[in-house]
Amino acid sequence: MKDFNYHSAKDSKEASKLASSSSAFLAGGMTTIPSMKLGLATYKDLIDIKNIKKLSGIKVSGKSVTIGAATKHVEVANSKDVKKAIPSLSSLAEGIGDPQVRNRGTIGGSIANNDPSADYPSACIALNATIHTNERKIEASKFFKGMFETALKKGELIEAVEFQIPEKSSYQKHPNPASRYAVVGVYVAKHKSDVNVAVTGAKSCVYNDKEMAKALSGNFSSSSIDGMDLDSSDMNSDIHASAEYRASLVVTQAKKAVDAC
Amino acid sequence: MGKISLEVNGRKVEKEAPDNTLLSTFLREHLQLTGTHIGCDTSQCGACVVHVDGNSLKSCTALAADVNGSKVTTIEGLETNGKMHPMQEAFKKLHGLQCGFCTPGMVMSAVDLLQKNKKPSDTEIRDWLEGNICRCTGYQNIVAAVKEAATKM
Repeated sequence: MKDFNYHSAKDSKEASKLASSSSAFLAGGMTTIPSMKLGLATYKDLIDIKNIKKLSGIKVSGKSVTIGAATKHVEVANSKDVKKAIPSLSSLAEGIGDPQVRNRGTIGGSIANNDPSADYPSACIALNATIHTNERKIEASKFFKGMFETALKKGELIEAVEFQIPEKSSYQKHPNPASRYAVVGVYVAKHKSDVNVAVTGAKSCVYNDKEMAKALSGNFSSSSIDGMDLDSSDMNSDIHASAEYRASLVVTQAKKAVDAC
Repeated sequence: MGKISLEVNGRKVEKEAPDNTLLSTFLREHLQLTGTHIGCDTSQCGACVVHVDGNSLKSCTALAADVNGSKVTTIEGLETNGKMHPMQEAFKKLHGLQCGFCTPGMVMSAVDLLQKNKKPSDTEIRDWLEGNICRCTGYQNIVAAVKEAATKM
């Protein structure tokens, strides 16, 4: 791994002041460190934000669950408050990677990285999340821009993610048996006025499947999406699954999710 | 370059190390604690698992700087006065290892499991050891060893 300067920031202000065009924020490091070791990413400065107290913790209000950016997956998985308010969110966190990854990895890191197969981006889309940064609030639907690309500007730091509590919801993933990343994961959430069907793993970026969401808004039953033939032309195709297989998996996982709601 | 202060296996250590030093490198090369193994070096295999402030983590995917000030326990820190930890005893008794390369990480992960779940089921043990890979395919006896240790801890 190439050399860099390590900084531990005390607060968001200091963190963004230290940021430059050749820096990265470091939270759990579960993607940043392996990427740097493999030479896929190099930075002059790594700014550790884990020790910023304000960025950790879980708050539940009547309508939303707000999770600090540096909150670890294990904390979300074990939180009684999250389990009560949005059980699907704690079970999503429980299914990320392995125990050691969950002991380090953070929600802010996951969504800032926006891996096409990551779990949390689908939760953000399904649960109409608002991403709070040190500069502004961003709707999840405008946050995820493309493969590993987000609306974040250089030096902009995610401080918290606010999820809307749905009437019911479920996340169902078909995990890659080695990495536990989603080959396809579908997060279905029924809110008072709308239904979201967030899909991860299938395309270059998480998305809300409008066709399935529309069908489920009319009739929230897995029979209303049964046999749906999704367009696979822009779906991922790799050694793990062909585009056609992924298209089929999206429907299967969505049906499972609706049934589990 | 920065100063790394840790408590490793109950002993306070303080050493200068370049900022890009991984915790695994710090343990093995700066402290000569070579019981922590480097297998894949890509955070998949779990041979490098140690405990930091009571939780297991993959030391090849953490910077030494990033755990500065923490309490670290490695495989070398499990024994008490020359007596093996019950988990080590159980791995020995039930042949929970063949080549032994993955064993330090397996044992450290398993000890963390029993800290959090005193009587895990077979499924819970297998789920927990998701991030530890044994290429001698000895999982059967590893699971048996963890169950045995659970009766002794």
